[in-house]
Amino acid sequence: MDPKNAEHYHRASLRVVFSLLTIWFMISFGCGILFRDWLDANFPTIGTAPFGFWMAQQGSIFCFVVLLIVYALLMGRLDSTYGYNEEKEPTQ
Amino acid sequence: MSQDTLNFIFIGLSFVLYITIAIRSRAGSTKEYYTAGGGVSAFANGMATAADWMSAATFISMAGTVAISGYDGARFLMGWTGGFVLLTVLMVPYLRKFGKATVPDFIGDRYYSKWARGVAVICAIFICMTYIMGQMRGVGVVFSQLFGISIPAGVLIGAAIVFFYAGLGGMKGITYTQVAQYCVMAFSYTIPAIFIAMALTGNVIPQLGLIGNYTAGGEAVPLLEKLNQINTELGFSEFTSGKLSKINMFCITAALMCGTAGLPHVIVRFFTVKNVSAVRKSAAWTLAFIAVIYLTAPAIGAFSRINLTQTLHGTAYAEAPDWLKEFEATGQMAWVDKNGDGNIQYFGPDRSPVKTSSVFLGKAPEYPDYDTPERQRIGASGERLLANKADDSNPNELWFGNDIMVMANPHMAGLPMWVIALLMAGCIAAALSTAAGLLLVLSTSISHDLMKKIVKPDLTDKEEVGYARFTSFAALVVAAYFGINPPSAFIAKTVAFAFGLAASSFFPTLLIGIFSKRMNKEGAIAGMLCGITFTIGYIVYFQFLGGKKENYLFGITPEGIGFVGMLINFAVAFAVSKFTPAPPQEVQEMVATIHIPSGAGEASNH
Repeated sequence: MDPKNAEHYHRASLRVVFSLLTIWFMISFGCGILFRDWLDANFPTIGTAPFGFWMAQQGSIFCFVVLLIVYALLMGRLDSTYGYNEEKEPTQ
Repeated sequence: MSQDTLNFIFIGLSFVLYITIAIRSRAGSTKEYYTAGGGVSAFANGMATAADWMSAATFISMAGTVAISGYDGARFLMGWTGGFVLLTVLMVPYLRKFGKATVPDFIGDRYYSKWARGVAVICAIFICMTYIMGQMRGVGVVFSQLFGISIPAGVLIGAAIVFFYAGLGGMKGITYTQVAQYCVMAFSYTIPAIFIAMALTGNVIPQLGLIGNYTAGGEAVPLLEKLNQINTELGFSEFTSGKLSKINMFCITAALMCGTAGLPHVIVRFFTVKNVSAVRKSAAWTLAFIAVIYLTAPAIGAFSRINLTQTLHGTAYAEAPDWLKEFEATGQMAWVDKNGDGNIQYFGPDRSPVKTSSVFLGKAPEYPDYDTPERQRIGASGERLLANKADDSNPNELWFGNDIMVMANPHMAGLPMWVIALLMAGCIAAALSTAAGLLLVLSTSISHDLMKKIVKPDLTDKEEVGYARFTSFAALVVAAYFGINPPSAFIAKTVAFAFGLAASSFFPTLLIGIFSKRMNKEGAIAGMLCGITFTIGYIVYFQFLGGKKENYLFGITPEGIGFVGMLINFAVAFAVSKFTPAPPQEVQEMVATIHIPSGAGEASNH
């Protein structure tokens, strides 16, 4: 294992994790709790539900699923770029 | 055919399915007992993990919480699903790469110390026990409803069944059994919701019904507006605006999220797939499967709130539907005719001058003995009388446990009998699956991490499995006791305590262990001890020793205190590690290697 390669991979993976977690925080704590009243008042309703309420009870969950799919894809791509992909290598 | 017969047929069929699967894949060696040989596909593992997740708390209690508390119910919805995101991106791939089957194992090796391992085992025991207590309560509620018996008797029957297949099948049995259980749960949860959504809103999809119009009452009104109107009329706070303070809501949600990421029984699940990349896929599948149920729960909560008030409020008891009497018989609903008019009145705190809505004095309903004269047991309208004194400070006459909402829901909506029978089978699957998974982790912690790694290293495989089974049994006895005498009146709250404990102990220790090379054993041990001691102390003080609400720290309830405990853990760990020597070179190298996904070792060979 090439230590320099590993170091780069490590940094890149942390970047993915941090950006996803920032979105995660904005969606759940941001939209669902902290800014919820403001969103209820100023954002268009989803169907007949106030935006903040909908984010807290439905929207955030949708977004979480999407986040995890994106995570699996991005990390899979990183693995291939840095040569850590195990799926395509022949098994010994 | 009666409802009872149909219930038993559905449950019987589902059990035949689970047990067949469990027996066909009975565990062989120790390694298989723990991680099912490491070769389960991402899709199947995702489903099984989702079943593990969908505990009694989720399945039975969550929709009820939403029904009662409206917006505030989002703390559970977001907490448990959002925590899964944390778990996936921060923990599981790295732990999987590290390749140890249990969390105390990782902590013991990463912090190169028997003491760290020992403290981790103790934390695991506390977390799992609290969690199983909640599950046993759920098991009790379901069985009591099924047989029309009291909750304690239901708990005992459930405990016997859990022991049977957790001990017998091991993880392999459980993995495939849980795939089957997930399917039963998903169908039984969504089908009643679809029926009710059609009846109330004309929408087939419950999630659309929630954001659609309420059409059952003639002209179409937005459903949530209708709920707000009902709530305000009856003296409750608006459905879409919560009662919890922002800081409390924040802390509870955060504690649930971080707790999720530190829950040992879920982490261990991901050792059953073949490599790190499969772990990530498996986690995405799991959350998708979980979301099916979690997105339905708020809809069920809202619908059942409407149905409950409309079928019961203002109805004469004599004309009330039969299910009310069934729930009365098992002690999960009660009606006290305060004004003696024979009608059921259901009111919230705003209808009372002193802002109370309790129906009777005391925490839970108590009943006169069976040998007391009939007029003391049966009231003027035929209702079951309580031994508790009525609380005359408010006009509310209807009491019910939050945990019955999901089970009462199809009854309230008048759904066909087979739907109710299916739901019962789902409830039982939910309650049993998590309890079984937890027992496994608990018994592994003791037999493997405590006995084999610390107390008696020369333990044979056979003895180890023996210890594991014995511990399962002991744990169940304790859990059954607390299932009968629960620390909190409703399941989701008891379970929230378990998450608080996990958040304050494992989450920070694992996180720093994975991402920091500098953290040493002294810091980790001190952090875990301070975090969990503070959290347990706070919960015990306010939950059992009669601490007053006014004394809450920043107004944070015991459910949310795990978040503060977690901050304490982080702070203590960093402070202590600063003044103590850095960990040995090989540990630092190990931390570097767990960030590289390839070569995840052992469990990758099937």
